[in-house]
Amino acid sequence: MSLIALLGAIEAGLLFGLVALGVFISFRILDFPDLTVDGSLPLGAATAATLIVSGIDPYLATLTAMAAGASAGLITALLHVRLGILHLLASILTMISLHSINLRVMGKPNQALLGEATVFTPFEGAGLPAYWLIPLFLLLLLAAVVWLVDRFLTSEIGLGMRATGANPRMAAAQGIETGRMKMLGIALSNGLVGLAGALFAQIQGGADITMGVGVIVVGLAAVILGETLFSTRTMLFAAIGCIVGSIVYRLAIAFALNAGFLGLQAQDLKLITAVLVVIAMSLPALRRQWRRTQRR
Amino acid sequence: MIRLEDVSVTFNAGSALETRALRSLQLTIAAGEFVTVIGSNGAGKSTLLNLIAGETESDSGHILIDGSDVSGWSTARRSALVARVFQDPISGSCDNLTLEENLALASSRGARRGFRRAINRERQRLFQQKISELGLGLDSRLNDRMGQLSGGQRQAVSLVMATINPMKILLLDEHTAALDPKTAAFVMALTERIVRELSQTTLMVTHSMRQALDHGDRTLMLHEGRVVLDVAGRERSHMQVEELLHLFEQVRGQQLDDDQLLLD
Repeated sequence: MSLIALLGAIEAGLLFGLVALGVFISFRILDFPDLTVDGSLPLGAATAATLIVSGIDPYLATLTAMAAGASAGLITALLHVRLGILHLLASILTMISLHSINLRVMGKPNQALLGEATVFTPFEGAGLPAYWLIPLFLLLLLAAVVWLVDRFLTSEIGLGMRATGANPRMAAAQGIETGRMKMLGIALSNGLVGLAGALFAQIQGGADITMGVGVIVVGLAAVILGETLFSTRTMLFAAIGCIVGSIVYRLAIAFALNAGFLGLQAQDLKLITAVLVVIAMSLPALRRQWRRTQRR
Repeated sequence: MIRLEDVSVTFNAGSALETRALRSLQLTIAAGEFVTVIGSNGAGKSTLLNLIAGETESDSGHILIDGSDVSGWSTARRSALVARVFQDPISGSCDNLTLEENLALASSRGARRGFRRAINRERQRLFQQKISELGLGLDSRLNDRMGQLSGGQRQAVSLVMATINPMKILLLDEHTAALDPKTAAFVMALTERIVRELSQTTLMVTHSMRQALDHGDRTLMLHEGRVVLDVAGRERSHMQVEELLHLFEQVRGQQLDDDQLLLD
């Protein structure tokens, strides 16, 4: 594998680390299986791309994309908390309606960003080639996001959110408004995914209506890989684990595609993803079985 | 002080499964009073606690805590007035949070939660002190997850959680029922100590008649959603478990007779 391919995999890993953090908050912290992300990632991308093309500052466009993602999450949470729709179904409803909304946002199935200024433009004068610049930018951004996520989850409100996911009855008895916590958490989660979508569009040069397909699986794979490979003892470790999991996942895919003897091609990507998720999810069970056979 | 004014609770109203869990209940509990509640299954004991905690809504009547009508308040809102220890040790705390995180959650009860760190030096010192007072050897385990503790340890910690930031009312829902006799006795002694130290208004539901008479200042017996016995003071201090048991059976028998009358 070439250096550029390696950096490319790390770049994608870091970018989807944002998605992994979002999925971590919904699935792990709130115990809320949220599939909204398949729609909020392209929503972030579409929002940012459309705003940038119409002359809005890329940073402002990215922040708006984040807010758009957060509102999508808020709608899912409202459907569940206020209208009593099953969480999984609520998220699917938001996800499918976002498909139409994303088409409306762009006015067409895709929006190119050719030659437009992006959030990376101000740093291009530093003399670094894009394949170094973007991963570095993402690394710094993710360090800040991980710090913020940890700081939030160890705050009084964050602790209330963790209790909401772990034991809602106890949380309510301790004075935590569990419905509000779900709204805040799912909004935050999808805000992070919207941010990932906005950056994704600016990295790959445009937004596309299909870019959200399977995002949830990729995010979940990263979270599970992170938990398997990394400690989850503290919130900081768990958050770093999401990023590590995401990078490992991308590297594994890059290696699989690059290993000529396997004969895999780009079209096999989804299959490889599914196989990787199965491996990651079955590791704890396989480990237990292995220990048991050792004891005999 | 708690006042229940003509409170009724009906489950599955209008269906074949209609159950009248509480019937026009009138009850006043003075500030600082420690009341024990007994009754058979379905007598309305749990409903009474759920009603005060806000997990169950009444069909009619009013619930007043220190003069303010809390009917219609959510559980979370009432938690600023009411603290509770559940029967099941697992219900009262979070398995995957550490001891100090669970205590931090309880410390913020009734206060506005913000973005301050949930755990700070000052709190850690307080938690350390409260946990070592238990004498359970948990002093060095504040960073362990709650799930690693035994049922008795968890129940003792739950009691600390319910009283670390004392509320107007403490509800104990058969909180020793899931424990072995020795641990139950320990948790009960701890309860007695904490409740007396804080002069905490307490409502304790129990299955054990012994426990109901040995602890607290007043005993209520519930049957079919009504208070059928309310003893305190000298009458209560002279009462034997056998007497209580006898009364209990009498009440149940009377009920049977009533039903027969209806059938005739």
